[in-house]
Amino acid sequence: MSQTVVVAGFAEEAHLRRAVGAVRQRGWTVLDVYAPYALHDLERLLGWRRSRLPVAGFSGGVVGLTAAFGFQFWASVRSWPLNVGGRPWNSLPAFVPVAFESMVLLAGFSVVFALLLRCRLYPGKQPRLPSPGVTDDRFALVLQAPSEAVEEVRRVFHECQAVGVDAPREEIQS
Amino acid sequence: MASLVLPEPAALIAGHKTPGQVTAEICAPLERRASGWWWLAFVPACCVLLLGVAAVSYQISVGIGTWGLNRTVGWAFAIANFVFWVGIGHAGTLISAILFLFRQKWRTSINRSAEAMTLFAVTCAGLFPVIHMGRPWLFYWIIPYPNGRGPLWVNFLSPLVWDFFAIGTYLLISLLFWYVGLVPDLATLRDRLRGGWYRGVVAFFALGWNGSGRAWQRYEVVYLLLAGLATPLVVSVHSVVSADFAATLLPGWHATIFPPYFVTGAIFSGLAMVLTLMLLARKVMRLEDYLTPRHVEALTKLVLATSCLVGLAYSIEAFTALYGGNRYESFMFLNRALGPLGWAYAIMVVCNIIVPQLFWFPRVRRNLPTVFVVAVLVNVGMWFERFVIVAGTLQRDFLPSSWSGYAPTLIELATLLGSFGLFFTCFLIFCRFLPVIAMAEVKAVVQEERAEVPR
Repeated sequence: MSQTVVVAGFAEEAHLRRAVGAVRQRGWTVLDVYAPYALHDLERLLGWRRSRLPVAGFSGGVVGLTAAFGFQFWASVRSWPLNVGGRPWNSLPAFVPVAFESMVLLAGFSVVFALLLRCRLYPGKQPRLPSPGVTDDRFALVLQAPSEAVEEVRRVFHECQAVGVDAPREEIQS
Repeated sequence: MASLVLPEPAALIAGHKTPGQVTAEICAPLERRASGWWWLAFVPACCVLLLGVAAVSYQISVGIGTWGLNRTVGWAFAIANFVFWVGIGHAGTLISAILFLFRQKWRTSINRSAEAMTLFAVTCAGLFPVIHMGRPWLFYWIIPYPNGRGPLWVNFLSPLVWDFFAIGTYLLISLLFWYVGLVPDLATLRDRLRGGWYRGVVAFFALGWNGSGRAWQRYEVVYLLLAGLATPLVVSVHSVVSADFAATLLPGWHATIFPPYFVTGAIFSGLAMVLTLMLLARKVMRLEDYLTPRHVEALTKLVLATSCLVGLAYSIEAFTALYGGNRYESFMFLNRALGPLGWAYAIMVVCNIIVPQLFWFPRVRRNLPTVFVVAVLVNVGMWFERFVIVAGTLQRDFLPSSWSGYAPTLIELATLLGSFGLFFTCFLIFCRFLPVIAMAEVKAVVQEERAEVPR
């Protein structure tokens, strides 16, 4: 059965939400929605899985923490033990601040780099906007539905006050 | 029957705006020529910055003897300025990270500029220890890198090394947090501009953001995580700064109260700076609808709360010194309050503890010129607090034979002024080229307020 991708623009968040409800009720696939700001409760509305990006942050943090502790221990105990006022070579509590800062630094950078990788964002990338104005005040819904249902898709979007329904963009054979 | 109805809170964003209006109004100053007001602020800021550059160049070429430091008071202006500027930065993180975790929606109008303030303040702060080193071109020696001297590592037991890591991490994470918040707004700006070098730069840094819901979903997770990371970070940074003092054995510095005392002081001074900048920006950039009296009032309440905390810290310091039975501590405290720098101590108490008590009165909180004056006084008072802690303590140590005085030279004063010049120059450039208000976040707030009001 051939599938069609349809893009609809909306002027109001409420219209987009209504359209998403109607589309999901009919079993069509929402490929993505576009909005100028983060929509509240989007995951639940679309039944998307929770993001696993925290794992990246956690791993970065663990690496930063252990590397900083390990390095400080190695530098102060193995590489060049230095007697500072008679303090023990392995002064573990004194290594905490640097280890903590390294943990935060690595966790922060890993989670942001994971975001960029996962969303395929990079400096200088040419943006692909589904419809003009989605970074300003418009909303858009990208939908995949059976080709035979295109007329019904148009009708549903019309009911939900879509401001512009794109002609089917590409045919996907499945 | 009289029913108890609470008065409707004023809208966070005035003027019943639509998301489109938000974009248009916040981007407008970026799309036209700079206003006369902007030049009126920018030119003096640049001149003051140049004065600072001249002072620092002279100091580096002639030597640190151009400062008023002596063998007893080896840390004075430079370190007081360092602590002052780091502290200013902390309010930016409070507003962007801690208030985000507490779901305080009013932060959305000020978080962008407060984070920018953090970046510039930490930059100013970082310059002072580097200049103070005397041979700033060797500053990289504080980084533990494999070197040809053994390799000889830095001393990880030293708070000065912790400080390097704390300030460095703080600067980088603040920059990251600020930039991540900026990406959707850069995309908005990119799609509005028609061409030219400015659009090119904006588009480069907008990372191809297109408002996709899947990206937004992940973005929200990342933003929350960064806020969660920045919150303990900001507490750690000023705690480490306080360890620079507390880990010594000098009376007046060697105190366990120092970390919380420094962190509250930092947030207090930073909030005052946010208020100062905000009240100026709302007038100069005509952002009255976005920075409403409700924002000012929320900030004044935070200033009042932190002022009381700082007052508590001052009294605990006094109590411990006088009741603790350590004659050096009690002498140090009396000398601080009544000795040669007693006038500075008085300024600090009046500006930080007494003047902000005016904010108990709603009429004062709503009178913007008065709020501005109080905020400036708090800035002054907090600078003097750092000066009292640094110079006041060092003047009188255990050996009366090594007691001395301290007075800043013109070069030191010019360096301090220059740091303000750098701060304001950076801030004005930021106001000129980047959206000063987080549009995407404000749009969400505006949308919520529109949904509550039936149309």
